[in-house]
Amino acid sequence: MSYLEISSVGIEFNTESGKFRALQDVSLKIEKGEFISLIGHSGCGKSTVLNILAGLYEATEGGIILEGKQVNSPSPDRAVVFQNHALLPWLTCYENVELGVKQVFKDTKTKAEMKEWIEYNLDLVHISHAKNKKPHEISGGMKQRVGIARCLAMQPKVLLMDEPFGALDALTRAHLQDSLMEIHADLGTTVVMITHDVDEAVLLSDRIVMMSNGPAATIGDILTVDLPRPRDRLALAEDADFVHARQQVLEFLYDKHKFPTKAA
Amino acid sequence: MKDEDRNVTTTATETYTREIKLDLSKLKLSPKLTKIVRSVSLSAAGIFVFLILWQATANSIVTSLGQFPGPTQVWEQIGNLQDDYQREKDREIAFYERQEERNARTLERDPDAEIRIREYTGRPTFIDQIQTSLVTVMFGFVLATLIAVPLGIICGLSETIYSAINPIIQTFKPVSPLAWLPLVTMVVSALYVSEDPMFEKSFVTSAITVALCCLWPTVINTTVGVASVDQDLVNVSRVICLSTPMHIRKIVLPSAVPLIFTGMRLSLATGWMVLIAAEMLAQNPGLGKFIWDEFQNGSSDSLGRIMVAVLVIGLIGLVLDRLMLSLQRWLSWDKQTVLR
Repeated sequence: MSYLEISSVGIEFNTESGKFRALQDVSLKIEKGEFISLIGHSGCGKSTVLNILAGLYEATEGGIILEGKQVNSPSPDRAVVFQNHALLPWLTCYENVELGVKQVFKDTKTKAEMKEWIEYNLDLVHISHAKNKKPHEISGGMKQRVGIARCLAMQPKVLLMDEPFGALDALTRAHLQDSLMEIHADLGTTVVMITHDVDEAVLLSDRIVMMSNGPAATIGDILTVDLPRPRDRLALAEDADFVHARQQVLEFLYDKHKFPTKAA
Repeated sequence: MKDEDRNVTTTATETYTREIKLDLSKLKLSPKLTKIVRSVSLSAAGIFVFLILWQATANSIVTSLGQFPGPTQVWEQIGNLQDDYQREKDREIAFYERQEERNARTLERDPDAEIRIREYTGRPTFIDQIQTSLVTVMFGFVLATLIAVPLGIICGLSETIYSAINPIIQTFKPVSPLAWLPLVTMVVSALYVSEDPMFEKSFVTSAITVALCCLWPTVINTTVGVASVDQDLVNVSRVICLSTPMHIRKIVLPSAVPLIFTGMRLSLATGWMVLIAAEMLAQNPGLGKFIWDEFQNGSSDSLGRIMVAVLVIGLIGLVLDRLMLSLQRWLSWDKQTVLR
């Protein structure tokens, strides 16, 4: 039995022009500690899959099984890193992380232990120096680091990331990708990440799940990336396997599944 | 001789010019000061032009109660009202002194005698009326806010309740609270019966009328504020599994604070306007009654006194709004935004 299973999930939305089927028969088995990327064109339903995994949307058919139990409501054990960080602007970085920690460990950790744990997690994403700053006082990359720390501090079974680095510039994105690889290697967290960026997908993932275009989108193909870890972006740039994997994803996106015919 | 004279004059002028230049450079050094000086002088200029236009217009309007009051007459009446207040205060003090003396004498004659202490019931002065109006508006406003903010939060959180309540809100919102006044008066007379009432009936009536109009802007703005909380933040709250009270405290209220305050400021402003009208209509004590009494009085001073009341009403409205703004600044997490 796999750790996390997406079992024949389909979803229909009620729109003004009738029912809209966004996903059809999406099935995927994910092992513990695996890093999965979801890639596909805009509007293909990647975010919908992630929202169903998080429990924010309820699937019309099928469901999510985590450690043998069906889950259908949001919970801190499936923490979400949102694209635009979603930090509470009225709280400091520390307080943002604290909000989740207090909720998850209210019965198991003392105040001092919580403080230590929050600081440990802020340190993990290299943001300790800014812990008392408000989100508007720090850069976009730093905000996203705090967003990741908030999730990690809840010790999730699965870390869900919705285009976490999409809004960042290329250099900042590279830094954060490196940080994420480090954290993944250290903690062995299971990660499901949505991305638009082919290089990012190949660099970070164990498997890349490529989605077909909607409506009624589903999994088109799965590519296993067998590159040894730790991965180094500079060395990989010339690596034949890396280039080949990259090529395959590009072919899927731009050849087999051209841009959506219907405007998404 | 003449040359010397000229030399002296030149030097004086030079010194003078240099001083001005120095002053200007000082101003340039601190842009903040320049800004303040600029805004103060512009306000002063605006007020000055207004006063001149006002006096000129007032001089050319003659009513059956005499000339329309200009700034000079208003100034005179401010003095008169101050004197009235002083005279009334003196009378009050004298009244209590007489009463105490009388009681002391009674007790001297017979230590067991029952002494009566009467309240002084003089004519309320302008200052008294201002106080009455202020207390009434604050009471009505606080009452309305205590109802409106929770109601707005509920409406903002639940689409169902909002749909159920919205038609009622939209129907009552455009009703002038003065239309409620007769009903409120009768209901208060019927229900607010007690031997030793804490508040005057007229006070309760005015306060409830104010509350009725303070309700709507706050309810509507709070609803909008709560309903427009960033969906990402709502999702964060769902993922963390915050309880509803925590969700309201940690996510909803901080997000909605700016709009709640917008509503409260609108409410207070309309409440203050309505209160004056209600006091005029119902003859409840306050600034409105002062204006109406002066109008009925019809002396040559009346229009001037009314004009004083008009200005005071305006200034109090301004101060109330500024106070709310300061409160908002103090409570808001976002110190960046410019509040107007």
